[in-house]
Amino acid sequence: MTTAVDTKKLTMVQAVTDGMRVMMKEQENVIVLGEDVGQNGGVFRATDGLVAEFGEKRVIDTPLAESGIIGTSIGLAMNGFKPIAEMQFLGFIYPAFNQIMTHASRIRARTLGAFTVPMVIRAPFGAGVRAPEIHSDSVEALFTGMPGMKVVVPSNPYDAKGMLISAIEDPDPVLFLEPMRCYRSTKMDVPDGKYNVPLGKAARLQEGDDVTVFAYGAMIDVVMKAAKTAEEKGINCDVIDLRSLYPLDKEMIAESVQKTGRAVIVHEAPGTGGLGETIMSLINDTSFLYMKAPIERVTGFDTPVPMFALEDHYLPSAERVVQAIEKVTQF
Amino acid sequence: MEKLFPKLQIINENGEWNDETYRGEITEELTKELYTKMLRSRLFDRKGVNLQRQGRIGTYVPFEGQEASQIGSAMAMGEGDWMFPTYRDHAATMTFGHSLKTLFLYWKGRQEGCIPPEGKNIFPPAVPIASQLLHATGAAWAEKLKGTDRASIVYFGDGATSEGDFHEGLNFASVFNAPVIFFNQNNGFAISVPIEKQMKSKTIAQKAVAYEMEGVRLDGNDVFAVYFHTRTAVERARKGEGPTLIEAVTWRYGAHTTADDPSKYRNQDESTSRREMTDPILRLERFMKNENMWDEKWAADLQESLTAEIEAAVKEMEETPAPHYNDVFDHVFAENPWPIESQKKAYAHSRGDR
Ligand SMILES: Cc1ncc(C[n+]2csc(CCOP(=O)(O)OP(=O)(O)O)c2C)c(N)n1
Repeated sequence: MTTAVDTKKLTMVQAVTDGMRVMMKEQENVIVLGEDVGQNGGVFRATDGLVAEFGEKRVIDTPLAESGIIGTSIGLAMNGFKPIAEMQFLGFIYPAFNQIMTHASRIRARTLGAFTVPMVIRAPFGAGVRAPEIHSDSVEALFTGMPGMKVVVPSNPYDAKGMLISAIEDPDPVLFLEPMRCYRSTKMDVPDGKYNVPLGKAARLQEGDDVTVFAYGAMIDVVMKAAKTAEEKGINCDVIDLRSLYPLDKEMIAESVQKTGRAVIVHEAPGTGGLGETIMSLINDTSFLYMKAPIERVTGFDTPVPMFALEDHYLPSAERVVQAIEKVTQF
Repeated sequence: MEKLFPKLQIINENGEWNDETYRGEITEELTKELYTKMLRSRLFDRKGVNLQRQGRIGTYVPFEGQEASQIGSAMAMGEGDWMFPTYRDHAATMTFGHSLKTLFLYWKGRQEGCIPPEGKNIFPPAVPIASQLLHATGAAWAEKLKGTDRASIVYFGDGATSEGDFHEGLNFASVFNAPVIFFNQNNGFAISVPIEKQMKSKTIAQKAVAYEMEGVRLDGNDVFAVYFHTRTAVERARKGEGPTLIEAVTWRYGAHTTADDPSKYRNQDESTSRREMTDPILRLERFMKNENMWDEKWAADLQESLTAEIEAAVKEMEETPAPHYNDVFDHVFAENPWPIESQKKAYAHSRGDR
């Protein structure tokens, strides 16, 4: 039996807008705030049309101050609102780092649950769009390493809307990262109303028995290309879109590597202190005896993301991923 | 507060005298130099926008309309002083010594675009808003500690005054009496946010009061007002009399960047119609005509030679050989620690290079 659901073809950025719209309709206390989110609809148009629909009291252009945006959102969240705060780019979140680290992420713990901070921080991130300096940082690990924060990254329009709704409904602060390269790269059928894609769950994008390839966000596209090349060489990849970086989907990660016995982890963030290391230790904890080869990582380097004339060198390429896949299968 | 900080002007919109204090110093030579620098930067700016539209550089950040603010202030600085620009202050940095080729390279996504000419103390453009105010204060403080009479100038927009770094910069400069000029270009907008939504105060200059420093509000489209009042602030700084906050009230005609669409939040017809009143180059031209300094042939020759200079810079930019990927790795530390060295080797290996 199928239930008919109305859908629309949306890009990821449109799906994000739709997720906010659905929740703002449903809950009076959901508000959107940030730099240029009102009349301008956000520099990426993620909040396009919201001010016309919900008014300036709920879609708020703030002064240019990230620490101010996050700090006041904490107060708003502790006092009955559900703020969705937009950082214009993840690379501009640093002035707010203090507020997120010292307050947003630990008020529940500090007060044994007497105060909580149910807020969402949305931030576009990642390289590959020829943006100016500092706009392309992938510093998700700063936040996955921050006790008390959930960190999620959708890689397609359907997940973006469903995960954003889940993030808004989540009782704790969630950093919702939006890969800029995916904003307009594809359109997809997205249900009109409300639906949830749960946080904490990965998604299997392709079944295979030879090697598991883990990635998230903009790297999914790269990894899918690599998996196709690998297939032509007779290697079948189990491709896992992690989606939730904190907490990780321990079950799916273990289940997959116990089946394949091999793993390649791909992210564009720097290797040292990156999520790849956490995943390796998770595999060690859950599946050490199943492994047939050492785990390979293909990551960005321990360097600042270079200006765009060099960014293609910085970003993991499908070729580098294929080489890693071959290395683990030929071990 | 607005009354306490009147918008200082030397030449009005029609190019007529409003304040004759500096009459003796406003020579034909100085006027022509200022005019030349403004026209040079405008032609550069228009070229930047065109190159972006043709896909020959990446996103570009235009400044047309703000030439008087940037050039008047940069002209007030001396050899050995420090300059801390934002992403928009090419007119200031080219006046202070950056080559046009370097400026174009920056927008071509080249790291080389951050390197100043030998001996010029020009910081790379600050992309994170307001972060540079503290660097300027630190560099100025260093000069004071070293016992020189050198000063710093730092550029920022109206939006920047909301960031904590703005307040921390002013406070440190004030506490340590650092020789720094905080040069604000108030163009009324921070991307889409008009100043009335950015702050409740009517002027930016008045924020100086809280830090017990000099605050100056001036007509940022009057290049003489900018030049002479900045010079006064620099002289004060050199004498150990501390920092100054200057608010130059100006207007930018075009988009925030080439990735932005101002028609979403601003009536562009209004922006165009303001040109009559606000265009700093037009104002100087009117003044020169009034003072019999204008010469059609001189102006035409100037246009031609500046165009040729800019075309040559574009050519140089485009002929600059592609960077080597080792640039990604080799400048993060003085010496590569092992993780970077092994990543560099692995990358070369993955490409089949050695
Ligand atoms: C810390 C930080 N937050 C956000 C941005 C994105 N951003 C770039 S320019 C800009 C507006 C700046 O306005 P203003 O300070 O008035 O300077 P203008 O660009 O008008 O010269 C914003 C929000 C940034 N570069 N840095």
